[in-house]
Amino acid sequence: MHSILIIVFAPLLAAIVAGLGNRALGSVVAKVITTGALFLACALSWPIFLSFLGGSAEASVVPVLKWVESGTLTFDWALRVDTLTAVMLVVITTVSALVHLYSWGYMDEDPDQPRFFAYLSLFTFAMLMLVTANNLVQMFFGWEGVGLASYLLIGFWFRKPSANAAAIKAFVVNRVGDLGFMLGIFGTFLVFGTTSIPEILAAAPGMAGSSITFLGMRLDTMTILCLLLFVGAMGKSAQLGLHTWLPDAMEGPTPVSALIHAATMVTAGVFMVCRLSPMFEAAPIASGFVTFIGAATCLFAATIGTTQWDIKRVIAYSTCSQLGYMFFAAGVGAYGAAMFHLFTHAFFKALLFLGAGSVIHAMHHEQDMRYYGSLRKSIPITFWAMLAGTLAITGVGLVPLHIGFAGFHSKDAILEAAFASGSNLGNFAFWLGTIAALLTSFYSWRLMFLTFWGSPRWAESEHIQHAVHHGEHDPEHDNPPAQEDAGHAAAHHVPHPHEHDGTAGYHPHESPLTMLVPLGLLSLGAICAGFLFGPAFLEEPAFWNGSIAYDEHLMHAMHEVPGLVAWAATIVMLLGFLGAFYAYMRRTDLPARTAEQLGPIYRFVFNKWYFDELYNFIFVRPAFKLGRLFWQRGDVGLIDRFGPNGAAWVVDRGALFARRVQSGYLTSYALIMLLGLVGAVSWALA
Amino acid sequence: MIGIEHYIVVSSILFVLGVLGIFLNRKNIIVILMAIELILLGVNINFVAFSAFLGDLTGQIFAMFVLTVAAGEAAIGLAILVIYFRGRGTIAVDDVNRMKG
Repeated sequence: MHSILIIVFAPLLAAIVAGLGNRALGSVVAKVITTGALFLACALSWPIFLSFLGGSAEASVVPVLKWVESGTLTFDWALRVDTLTAVMLVVITTVSALVHLYSWGYMDEDPDQPRFFAYLSLFTFAMLMLVTANNLVQMFFGWEGVGLASYLLIGFWFRKPSANAAAIKAFVVNRVGDLGFMLGIFGTFLVFGTTSIPEILAAAPGMAGSSITFLGMRLDTMTILCLLLFVGAMGKSAQLGLHTWLPDAMEGPTPVSALIHAATMVTAGVFMVCRLSPMFEAAPIASGFVTFIGAATCLFAATIGTTQWDIKRVIAYSTCSQLGYMFFAAGVGAYGAAMFHLFTHAFFKALLFLGAGSVIHAMHHEQDMRYYGSLRKSIPITFWAMLAGTLAITGVGLVPLHIGFAGFHSKDAILEAAFASGSNLGNFAFWLGTIAALLTSFYSWRLMFLTFWGSPRWAESEHIQHAVHHGEHDPEHDNPPAQEDAGHAAAHHVPHPHEHDGTAGYHPHESPLTMLVPLGLLSLGAICAGFLFGPAFLEEPAFWNGSIAYDEHLMHAMHEVPGLVAWAATIVMLLGFLGAFYAYMRRTDLPARTAEQLGPIYRFVFNKWYFDELYNFIFVRPAFKLGRLFWQRGDVGLIDRFGPNGAAWVVDRGALFARRVQSGYLTSYALIMLLGLVGAVSWALA
Repeated sequence: MIGIEHYIVVSSILFVLGVLGIFLNRKNIIVILMAIELILLGVNINFVAFSAFLGDLTGQIFAMFVLTVAAGEAAIGLAILVIYFRGRGTIAVDDVNRMKG
C-alpha cells in the first residue's frame, strides 16, 4: 500500500469518525483520533518530500477508483505525487497537524470540539485531494471541498450573526471565482478533449497562438482558458476584486485562520497556476494579467494592513498581500520562487496567526490592538514566537552572506525575478512589490509594538473588564445563545495609556503547552525554511523535475540583477521598521495626527478602499432588489395569486354560491328537483 | 266532438297550475299541499283519458291508486303541518326555511 493513500485518506476517516461520533464519542476521543491521523499523515509526508529533495524519487500516479467513463470524457480518482505535490503535502500536513494540536488548547472550553476537529480533518482531506489531483475534475472536487470546509469553519460559531454573514460571504464570493474555474475546465476539455493534467500540459505548448470562437468573438485559445482558470484562482486566493471575503473570514476561530486562511486553502490558487504553468507559459497575455493582479493586490492589501486595529485583520491583509507576491512571481515565470514563497509563507504566516491566537487567548478574546501593550513580559514565549514570525515576514537577513529568515530568501527571490524578467509588467511588479515590502515591514512591526511593547492599555477593553469582573471561565463566550455584534466604537487613536492602572488588575496568562509546542515548531520553520530549502526550490531544475515550468534563463538572470535591486527589500524593510518604531514607540501621538492630516486618504484606506461599500452598491443591493421583485411581484403577485390563492378563491366563491342555493325553502328545492327531473327525462327520451 | 287532445290540454293546464302553485306561492304551506293535489289530479285525468282512449283498464286502476295515495299524502301533510304550527307558530312559506342541512 502506497503511503500517499494513508496520507490522503487517514484525515477523511478521522473526520468521518469524529464527525459522526460527535457528542457520543466525547471530545477527547475525537481530538485524539483526528490529531493522530494528521500527525501520521505528516510523518509520512516528510519522507516523500525529502526523497524528492534528495532526487531519489520519481513522479508517480496511484490509481484509486474508476470515476467517470462517458464517451470521450474519462477521468478516475487517482493520486498524483510529484515534486510540486510533495511540497504541498508537507505544507498541508505539517501546518494542519500543528493546528490540530494547537486547537487542543485554544478550543479547550468550547462545547462543540468534535465538530470542530471533524471539520478541520475534512478540510485537510479536501486540500490533499486538490493537490494530488491528476485531472482537473478531481482538482475541482478538492477545490469545492476546501470551500465547503472553509464555510463550515468560518461559521463554526453559528450563533454569532457576524460569523454566519462572513461564512455566507466567503461562500458566495468564491462561487464567482468557481464559475470562472468551471468555465476554464469546460473550455480545456473542449479544446484538448481530456481533463487529464499531464496530457493537457503536454499539448499546451502546441496550442499557443490558436484561437477559438467564444461568445461570438474570435479569441486566443490559451489566453481565454488561462484567464478563466485564473479567475478561479483569484476567488480562492483572495486577489484584488475577489478579496473581500478573506478579512471577514477572520470571524472563524483563530486556528482556522492559521490553517485555511493563511497557510493552505488560500494558496490553492497559486498551486493551481503553478500546476498548470505550461498552459500559462503558452499564454503571455494571461500571464501578464496574473502579474498585474498579483502586484496590485500585493500593494493594495498592504496599505489596508497598515490601518487596521484588529490583530487578526492585520494578518489577514498581510496574507492577501503575500499571496499577491506569489502570483506576480508566477506571472513573470518564476514558478519556483512562487512555490518557495508559498512554502515559507505557510510556516511564518501560520506562526503569526497562531501567535495572535495565543495573544487573544491570553487577553480573554480581545482582538483590538489598541487595548494591548506591554505583553512581552506576561507572555514571553508567545512574544518570541511572534518575533520570529515577524522577522521572517519582513524578510530580515544578511544580504552579502545570503542567509536570513524564511521570508528573506523567498521575497528577495520574487522581487529579483520580477526585475530580472525585464518586461514592463515585471518592472511594475518589482516597484509595487518593493513598496509593499516597506508597508509589510511597517504594519508587522506596528503590530509587534502595539501588542508587546509600550504600557498596558487593557483597562478600557470590554473583554478584559468582563474577565476581571465576572471571573475567568465563560465557555459560552464564543458561541453565545443570542449575541449582538460586539463592535467597538471606531476611535482613530490609540487610547491614552493609563499610567497608574492600565492593567485593570488583569493578569494575562501564557497559553498551555499544546499551544506553545506548535508555536515553537513553526518558529523553527520560519527561521530555517529559507536557507535550508532555498537552493533546491530556486536553483535546481532537477528538483522540480518537470512538475512546473522552469525558466532557467530567468533563474540565472535573477542573480545578475544590480546590487541595489538585491538590497531593495532589505532597505525598505529597515525603513518600515524605523517608521513603525518612530510612530509607535517614540512619538505615539504621531499616527493619530498623521491620520487626521491625511483625512480622506486615511479614511479611504481605513475603510478598505470602500470595496465592500462598492460591491454592496453594485451587486448586493441590486441583488436584493431583484430578489424582492421576484418575491413580491413574481412569487406573491403572480404564482401565489393565480396558483394556490386563486384556487382557494374559486372554492370560496363557489361555496358562497352553493350556500345561497341551499336556502332552506321547500319551494326552491322542489323547483330544482323538477328541473333535474325534466332534464333527466328529456335526456332519457332523447 | 271532444277528443283525447282536449283531455291532454286540461290535464296539462292542471299540472302546470299545480307546479306554478308550488313555486310561485308565497303564502302558506297548505297551498302547496293543494297544488300537489292539482298535479295529481292532472295526472289522473291523463290516466283515465288514455285508459278510455286505448280501451285498457290498467290506467283507471292506476288512477284509483293515485287517489288513495293522494288522500294519504294529504292526511300526513296536514298532520305534519299541525305539528309544525304547534312548534313554530307559523306556516308561512317564507318562514319555513330550516332545511339547510
